[in-house]
Amino acid sequence: MIPADWIYGLIGGLMIGTAAAIYLLVSGRIMGASGILGGIVDGSGRDTLSERLAFVAGLVLVPTILVRVGGVSGDTNATSNVLLLIVAGLAVGIGTRMANGCTSGHGVCGISRFSVRGIAATIAYLFFGGLTMLVARHVLGVI
Amino acid sequence: MRFLIALLAGGLFGAGLLTSGMTNTAKVQGWLDFFGAWDPTLAFVLGGAILPMLVAWQIAARRERAILGTPIPAPSEPVIDGRLIGGSALFGFGWALVGLCPGPAMAVLGFGGGPAWIFFAAMAGGMMLAGGLGLIGRGKTRA
Repeated sequence: MIPADWIYGLIGGLMIGTAAAIYLLVSGRIMGASGILGGIVDGSGRDTLSERLAFVAGLVLVPTILVRVGGVSGDTNATSNVLLLIVAGLAVGIGTRMANGCTSGHGVCGISRFSVRGIAATIAYLFFGGLTMLVARHVLGVI
Repeated sequence: MRFLIALLAGGLFGAGLLTSGMTNTAKVQGWLDFFGAWDPTLAFVLGGAILPMLVAWQIAARRERAILGTPIPAPSEPVIDGRLIGGSALFGFGWALVGLCPGPAMAVLGFGGGPAWIFFAAMAGGMMLAGGLGLIGRGKTRA
């Protein structure tokens, strides 16, 4: 690990937390990515659709501008294995809606509130994420 | 106003995800690789994101409503059920396989190319499926 990585991590993390704090204190909303998107795609958030779409627009547009215009590195290093992408995408979509939260909602907003569900969910996805990594990378060698 | 705040919060969230390395699947998979070449960067991201939210929840606790008049979201009941843990396990599995969780999956759409769109489509499809099958977990989707 080069020393700069954790500094970028910390600065980026503070930006994420500040965004969540603004969304909570000004708008009264939990900044959870899966909940905001889930409410758009399954129709459950139609009452607040324009607010959800605005959030997603900012989330998509600002990084795009930073990479395309600002010259920030946008390497995702994502696999191009279509089967892996589809299986993983389905699992993330279904799983985060079943748990009603992901890294931002349960992790950032939940842990900081000492939410029992947020902490339990975070332990579960880190545990199963680590287990998947162990099996898929070190046993099966597929990722 | 709501629209603008959502756009701003989404944009800052996206910029933070890009800065921190959360949009780089190699870093995310490195973080989940506890038994391999473990990369601790994401601990700084999560820690950095939680700090502003610790303060925000303290401020929120003294108010009934957010600045724009929406009630501060009530805490979830501390119920750990099968959907929370099962859903989080499924999420952790998918997160590890490709290295994208819902926020970054949206943040990379403007520069991640084909893999980003395939993952996003599968994730949105999974969310629709979970909604259609009535699998959404406890705690209302924030309106």
